[in-house]
Amino acid sequence: MGDGAGETLIDEHVLEFPGGYKRSVGPVVGRFLTGLRDQQLVGVRTPAGRVLVPPAEYDPETSAAVGERPEDFVPVGPEGVVTTWAWVREPRPKHPLDRPFAWALIRLDGADTGMLHALDAGTEDAVHTGMRVRPRWRAERVGHITDIECFEPA
Amino acid sequence: MTDVAVVAFAQSKHVAADPNRNEVEMLMPVVAEALEQAGLEREEIGFVCSGSCDYLLGVPFSFVTALDAIGAWPPIRESHVEQDAAWALYEAWVRLQHGDVDTALVYGFGKSSLGDLHEIMTLQLDPYYLEPLWPDMVSMAALQARAYLDATGKTERDLAEVVVRSRAAAASNPNAIVAGTTTADALLKEQTTIAPLRTSDCPPITDGAAVVILATADRARAISERPAWIRGIDHRIEAHSIGVRDLATSRSTALAAGRAGAADDKVDLAEMHAQFSHEELIVRDALGLDDSATVNPSGGPLAANPVMATGLIRIGEAASRISAGGGDRAVAHASSGPCLQHNLVAVLEGE
Repeated sequence: MGDGAGETLIDEHVLEFPGGYKRSVGPVVGRFLTGLRDQQLVGVRTPAGRVLVPPAEYDPETSAAVGERPEDFVPVGPEGVVTTWAWVREPRPKHPLDRPFAWALIRLDGADTGMLHALDAGTEDAVHTGMRVRPRWRAERVGHITDIECFEPA
Repeated sequence: MTDVAVVAFAQSKHVAADPNRNEVEMLMPVVAEALEQAGLEREEIGFVCSGSCDYLLGVPFSFVTALDAIGAWPPIRESHVEQDAAWALYEAWVRLQHGDVDTALVYGFGKSSLGDLHEIMTLQLDPYYLEPLWPDMVSMAALQARAYLDATGKTERDLAEVVVRSRAAAASNPNAIVAGTTTADALLKEQTTIAPLRTSDCPPITDGAAVVILATADRARAISERPAWIRGIDHRIEAHSIGVRDLATSRSTALAAGRAGAADDKVDLAEMHAQFSHEELIVRDALGLDDSATVNPSGGPLAANPVMATGLIRIGEAASRISAGGGDRAVAHASSGPCLQHNLVAVLEGE
């Protein structure tokens, strides 16, 4: 620091790929994210009959490919049940809500797995495992997991 | 199989933040101490492998810079894993099976104090369903803690008891940064941060490094009076999505423990890479330990958690106790990924 003792030197440094950086989400994840734009929740059925929500391109038990046939995709929700949760007393700036909220794994109706999202329940006492919840949609939706603003008690 | 043993282990004096030393400066004395323990010169090491995470320092290929702590001229045979150095030890163990080299040096290091660790760990999550929501490291752990409490009927008091025992054990560990006498009642008075977890259920932010030296059969016996032989080592991984797993158990730990032979004989002590209090209970169940085994005699990650070295330290701590005659058979566990996604189990024995 030398002569500038006490003075913090800050340099902004932005690193960008020329032309931007794009990822393809593929036919399975993409199907789910695209559905969110229309307030549609979709799961994918594994060969063993388990419905994964959010969908994955493979069966977590057997690694078998899933979602290769149109009939493998099934509508789920919109309501679901909380399978586990955590109460955030002081949200971080990047958290989905700026007031105390719960993280919850939510098993949507018709699904066999849990999806992580925020649950706007007001107080910790209002949250319990097994409670029913429903999505609160954003007015503007772009095909992103955050098209669901959060879940709320049903 | 070529017999491989841990013949030396050294670790830094861990601190919450070490602003005055970079990674190389933090590592150098630890490397020197391990080599001295083993009575080896740098040039005698047949293979070097490290574990670290570029995201902690915030620059790509920071692990290459860290090689200055070893010295890479004349050229050395070297590798790196972007993971806890327990997996670097696994790679070194595999390398030693080739039989053309008989020693390996494994190191892990991390300065968690440089950034916001709880959000840096969010960047390891899938970028479509999880990372955009920014669930931090403690939030993810808390979801697993609740699932465990719900499934077992255990309570936050059971978690606090883990912390009490950890801190008591850490009192005799000069490298611990959280240690001392406390009670479950005192801990439960503390407010939850992300319920059901309290700050006391979480690992401290820690800067530190560790080094393990491995050697094969005759070389190990020449170096150490009582080498800690790796009798079994295995690692298994589960699906990334926590929503497809049974969070109350750790199937991958149980599988790795079975393949490593953890339950084939009596276990005197176990060092577990349980960063959160509930993880110790889940891993303990998965390892099939009975009450006779001493758990985390070092205090474990709740006492000091130099990320990327913490898992390697479990193996080093277990091996040191075997070599010092503090037990005949130990199990060491390391973990990686959210909510115990990926687990490694090593069985260490004296002769």
